[in-house]
Amino acid sequence: MKLTLQIWRQAGDTDSGHYETFEVDQLDAGMSILEMLDRLNEQLLHEGKEAIAYDSECRESICGTCGINVNGRPHGPQPHVTSCMQRLRSFHDGATVRIEPLRAGAFPVKKDLVTDRGGLDRIIAAGGTVSLMAGTAPDSDAISVGHDQVERALDFAACIGCGACVSACPNGAAVLFTGAKITHLTMLPIPAIERNERATYMVAAMEDEFGPCSLYGECVLVCPQNVPLSAIGSLNKERLRSLFHPRI
Amino acid sequence: MTFTPPLSAAPGVTLGSVLDAKIPTGDPETAWLRRRQEYRVINPANRKKFTVAVVGTGLAGCGAAAALAELGFEVHAFCYQDSPRRAHSIAAQGGINAARARKVDNDSLYRFVVDTVKGGDFRGREAEAYRLGQESLRVIDHLNAVGAPFAREYGGALATRSFGGVQVSRTYYTRGQTGQQLQLSAYQQLMRQVQIGTIKLHPRTEMLDLIMEDGAARGVIVRDLSTGKIHAQPADAVILATGGYGTVYYLSTLAIGCNASAAWRAHRHGAYLGYPSLVQFHPTCLPVMTPWQSKTILMSESLRNDGRMWVPLTAGDERAPGNIPESERDYYLERKYPAYGNLSPRDISSRAGKEQIDSGHGVGPMHNATYLDLTDAIKRLGADVVWERYSNLIEMYRMAVGEDPMRTPIRIAPNTHYTMGGLWVDYNLMSNIPGLFVGGEANFSYHGANRLGANSLLSASVDGWFVLPYAVMDYLAPKLGQARPALDSPAVTQAHSRVLERTERLLSVHGTRTPTEFHKQLGSYLWEGCGLNRSDKSLKKAIAQIRTLRAEFWQDVLVTGKGVGINQTLEKAGRVADFMELAELMCIDALDRSESCGAHFRLEHQEAGEAVRDDDQWMFASAWATDAPLDFASNPELKFTRHAEPLEYSNVHVARRNYQ
Repeated sequence: MKLTLQIWRQAGDTDSGHYETFEVDQLDAGMSILEMLDRLNEQLLHEGKEAIAYDSECRESICGTCGINVNGRPHGPQPHVTSCMQRLRSFHDGATVRIEPLRAGAFPVKKDLVTDRGGLDRIIAAGGTVSLMAGTAPDSDAISVGHDQVERALDFAACIGCGACVSACPNGAAVLFTGAKITHLTMLPIPAIERNERATYMVAAMEDEFGPCSLYGECVLVCPQNVPLSAIGSLNKERLRSLFHPRI
Repeated sequence: MTFTPPLSAAPGVTLGSVLDAKIPTGDPETAWLRRRQEYRVINPANRKKFTVAVVGTGLAGCGAAAALAELGFEVHAFCYQDSPRRAHSIAAQGGINAARARKVDNDSLYRFVVDTVKGGDFRGREAEAYRLGQESLRVIDHLNAVGAPFAREYGGALATRSFGGVQVSRTYYTRGQTGQQLQLSAYQQLMRQVQIGTIKLHPRTEMLDLIMEDGAARGVIVRDLSTGKIHAQPADAVILATGGYGTVYYLSTLAIGCNASAAWRAHRHGAYLGYPSLVQFHPTCLPVMTPWQSKTILMSESLRNDGRMWVPLTAGDERAPGNIPESERDYYLERKYPAYGNLSPRDISSRAGKEQIDSGHGVGPMHNATYLDLTDAIKRLGADVVWERYSNLIEMYRMAVGEDPMRTPIRIAPNTHYTMGGLWVDYNLMSNIPGLFVGGEANFSYHGANRLGANSLLSASVDGWFVLPYAVMDYLAPKLGQARPALDSPAVTQAHSRVLERTERLLSVHGTRTPTEFHKQLGSYLWEGCGLNRSDKSLKKAIAQIRTLRAEFWQDVLVTGKGVGINQTLEKAGRVADFMELAELMCIDALDRSESCGAHFRLEHQEAGEAVRDDDQWMFASAWATDAPLDFASNPELKFTRHAEPLEYSNVHVARRNYQ
């Protein structure tokens, strides 16, 4: 198959950037979008040009490194699928496809399709942690946890931190991301001990860099891990709860 | 009895010394306890005076960095990814073993040790297997407490499942994403210390050289991948937790960026490389589907708990799997290894799969796979139970292949997965370079010639959280008050200019072949010559091919762009350059070891298709040194020396591995 690609090129973080058009042919419908970029890059190198910069690591939808906007949609046309697993079979032969970085105010572009998502790490550092030193944990069978409770916690813990939710949000909010971590840790007995501090600090870090939530729900439509929208309700509950248990 | 290592069958190899691994003498079961009692400690008020550089932020790196920072040391953590959370420990699926032995299936610490040592075909250290089992309890407790939602039974106790090479159930898991949950838990604890200020984090930063002063590791030279700036980080000790080098084969289950560069540069400074040719080929990877495929995806071995592997009885049978009746199927693992069946260890299952594919029984459009069939499990357990156990694997397969494993069998094939080989370390996880510690997959410890499933998350976690903190503190204790190398000292400036020279050289070749083209070619030479099966002939051929390719690389590599700012082509070129040297040593090691053991299957050493060890000659770990000028911007001739560490087993009875 053959595609026309309009790809965002930006030499560096202070550069203004533009779209560049490429024709690629002899594509296989089973290739991923990233493998198509790999191929295009080989072609560019042979023409003596610079390769298009983009991030990817595991290429099996678990590390969260990849993330590009395809035709305006984070990750690509298939819902709930990371860029690395998006296959070309989603496009018809001869289509024009626009590829740009994950757009969000909090994710400055570093080069071409590479963005800086360090803001997500800073939210975790603020409180998505447990204040417990190596070797000091109690026996994990000493505190029983129900089967369903752990499975529910895992639904939220599954977040891969790709940032697609932020890019999909018209406000550039990171509430689904933050809510997923808060909910996950609140559902487990030992991490739950610090739930009030966690909500206070994580929400503050989130509001420092990201937009507010207006409950559009666009985030859950693109989330590769199907993190439930209830993460947002849960975040609001935890932040409200923390107001009644202030940390002084 | 004096140990005399055998002569080498590989041309040009020099025999080196007999190494002392510093394993406590006496009963291996109490070795770790006794060693910890010997270790020196440092007053909490003095710990902040020491700086430790930790390279890599997978399970071993995050654990070591966080634990040392919790103790009060100043830590610098480096990762080449944009966030420490993304290290490839995250992709491990099936689970983590622990010798908790709570059930009455008669598991025990001893049984864990026997399984690990026997699984490794008696080429790993017995005392380390004990340590692995002993510390496994604290690993589960710690990661559970800091947020890993381990699967639970309905009564609230931790759940377990079975894994390959083991007849009890000791694998703890979180669905099919155990690695992700452990990695994120460890990452969170690392970020906690970043917030406190005890860890300085350097993401998008690649280690390119080691700072050596007075024969000891005293820091690292790194390149900021965002700006291209090269800078030095002096330290009192360096920990490499940089993972495996399976990507040397091009196609592997590893992440695209996984590389050997940090380990290889340390090796070129004199750190021995243990068992470089011991590579695990995972039996259940998705087969290659297009020529542009950039990696192979792994389907967790846990599927083998409930899935049955088979091929059509007749070679070249083109019928759809559902149309092939039971009587015309060959459940080849159940037939060949009735005791362990579909749960036979990885090396054995991989070779059995390859044998079926090579003999024309392969299935799928490219006839390069065998079936892994969940139909019987769905009939027995119901679709709901199968879905709950494997939902994310099933989803992944649907995405990758476009078929539904709940209806039609999964197609799988063996591919490169885990490197048992790695930097040689003593029992204290320190390499032969003082101050250079190595943890996780990057070292050669624990797994001998074949790693058991679910032992890798365990070894990385044990190294990071519960071995390195003790061992590093012991090493640092007598060094209080010792100055770190100054930024203008010769050790630092020489390393700095070596790295700069290499970058400039790669950018100035202006050749005609891309780093990826060289990488693919290298991978195919290695896969043919030093893959699942190796022979004298295949290895000698591969060595010649690799040497030629390496010479071509430095004349003809094509790197565009500049040394400043992000340049992923340049990064790739540097990694491929290191793979080219490593690949030669892998072949030399495989050619040298004139026996079959675990994943190392020499066609000359087999009996009816089963590996034949030679314990009289080869019951030792090979630790290699590469002698070549310390110049990273050219293609020097490599000369190799094989040192040997004899292995002894006192509690586990040495026997031929038999899974039949």
